[in-house]
Amino acid sequence: MFETLRIVFRKEVLDNFRDRRTLLSALLLGPLFGPVIFAFAINLSLKQSLSDASEALDLPVLGSEHAPNLVGYLRSHNINITQAPASYEDARDAVEAGVHDVVVVIEDAFGSDLLEGTPATVAVITDQANRQADRESRRAMQALNAYSQELASIRLSARGVSPMVMRPLNIDLIDVSTPSGRSAMLLGMLSYFFIFALLTGGMNLAIDATAGERERGSLEPLLCLPVRRDQLIYGKIAATCLFMAMSLFISLLSFYVTLKFIPLEKLGMTPNFGPAVVGTAFLLLLPFTLLGASLMTLVASFTKSYKEAQTWVSIVLIAPTLPILIVSLLMVRPSTILMLVPSLSQHLLLVGLIRNEPLDLLHVAVSVVGTLVAGAVLAWVCARLYRREGLLG
Amino acid sequence: MIRVSGLEKSFGDLKAVDGISFEAPDGRITGLLGPNGAGKSTTLRVLYTVLKPDKGSAHIDGADVVTESLEARSRIGTLPHGSGLYPHLTARENIAYYGRLYGIDPGELPEKVDRVIRQLDIAEFADRRTKGFSQGQRTKVALARALVHEPRNVILDEPSNGLDVMATRSLRDLIRQLKAQGKCVLFSSHVMQEVAALCDEIVIIAGGKVSLHDSPEGIRNATGCDDLEDAFVRAIDFVGGERR
Repeated sequence: MFETLRIVFRKEVLDNFRDRRTLLSALLLGPLFGPVIFAFAINLSLKQSLSDASEALDLPVLGSEHAPNLVGYLRSHNINITQAPASYEDARDAVEAGVHDVVVVIEDAFGSDLLEGTPATVAVITDQANRQADRESRRAMQALNAYSQELASIRLSARGVSPMVMRPLNIDLIDVSTPSGRSAMLLGMLSYFFIFALLTGGMNLAIDATAGERERGSLEPLLCLPVRRDQLIYGKIAATCLFMAMSLFISLLSFYVTLKFIPLEKLGMTPNFGPAVVGTAFLLLLPFTLLGASLMTLVASFTKSYKEAQTWVSIVLIAPTLPILIVSLLMVRPSTILMLVPSLSQHLLLVGLIRNEPLDLLHVAVSVVGTLVAGAVLAWVCARLYRREGLLG
Repeated sequence: MIRVSGLEKSFGDLKAVDGISFEAPDGRITGLLGPNGAGKSTTLRVLYTVLKPDKGSAHIDGADVVTESLEARSRIGTLPHGSGLYPHLTARENIAYYGRLYGIDPGELPEKVDRVIRQLDIAEFADRRTKGFSQGQRTKVALARALVHEPRNVILDEPSNGLDVMATRSLRDLIRQLKAQGKCVLFSSHVMQEVAALCDEIVIIAGGKVSLHDSPEGIRNATGCDDLEDAFVRAIDFVGGERR
């Protein structure tokens, strides 16, 4: 009875191993896309978090000669005073053009204003639409405010008033976020990339099974053969699953290698991604191949051409990411009910795995069975659809 | 032997086939002739079980195409309109794939594939991938694929479409060979000359109905035209007149 399935499976595998387009997307693009993006994102956030207070800020100051004390104060607060443009207008232009992120301009009257006790003007020129500039200008502003506070305190003390008068409130900000909490988003990205790679791996096969065969004119002769049509489609879905599994495996492997080269410890993350986790993650995600393959085949069978199928199937690529996105935003904790949702359950299990939390076997069982059942139902619907006349288009 | 009786099939409001009956006996070549859109392809598609008839029935060697569709399918070799091959597989692999799906014993498969490759004279390019084959080469491979299991009945939907003179000639030779082997050959065409050159029996279809079913000689007599092309036009008018 499964003879037909086996024959179709073997042919599809052979056929697609010879198709450069399938191989490229299944074994190269999908699996490599993830690690590259991930490495890029991690490096970016490493840069951002490390460049904060610990790194000296280069700050161009125009008219620094008018305020030697202020300049000294800034220097003592880890700010390097650098060469500024020649005039106020030049400074504006330089910031607008992005040559400088922030320029501080000290007016000629700064010294005399200070002496007279009238507010002395300091201009901070910046482009607040630029995030990098925003952070630097904030640092410059903080330093300037602190200097202003200090001057005010000295003036009050000189008049015999306690500087405490200026501080009716004492505000403490206490940040309780932990490194692992901060890395939750990044870990969430991981499972998305695995599912993405898995789905890309089978995309061409799934399209080929219906839209492709129809466009080539090979579907009609195939349906004339004395075989059961559900066996034909199951064979094709099985082949799609194989390619998805291969793509998933390569993706896991490439992450394993990539993570060795990313200094995650600097971010306070110590992801648990050794060979054992790679193996477990593969097994946890494996049931999703049946669902992915059936879903893509189903979507592709409604379309009229290869091109149209590609468009619709690409949307399927995004669908499994929605539950992951929602959960990442809401910070939902894993529960048995959530394990019934495919893609979400794999995501939650994977995040737990990477965080080195013990696997809840009930959760694993619900996830595996739930995903397999959903996949089997969709495969059955595909088989029903294959018996329809309209399939020929 | 193929028997069709009272076949009807509609697509929405369009009645593509409106009560077609005919018989195509073994050892003879039967041609379905008619203008584009007459219902030829729809009739053939019902015969190779891709479409289900709304009314009427069709039997292949006695097997009903609806209730015993697997059995019916195993008794025919089909060349549907615009048959496509798998471009990444060689001609031989394309043929062998179908051979396996027809349930040919793996031990006998290579021999049977070789036989159709010889029969269709495609040995020269049998081991090349079919990507980039000419229309003639593709049709031959598709035919070889349809004949690998040595069916008793052969259904060809406009087989000479897109073929050059030489390829058309060798196709005709092959169809005559099949007849000589005692097979039932049923093919459709809208080209009068082709049907006249090959067929023992002609079924002229127009507007989803059979307007004439006879030998070429009989059709000339019935329409009173010496020229078959005139006879064809006359025969189509028969149906048109009846319907109005």
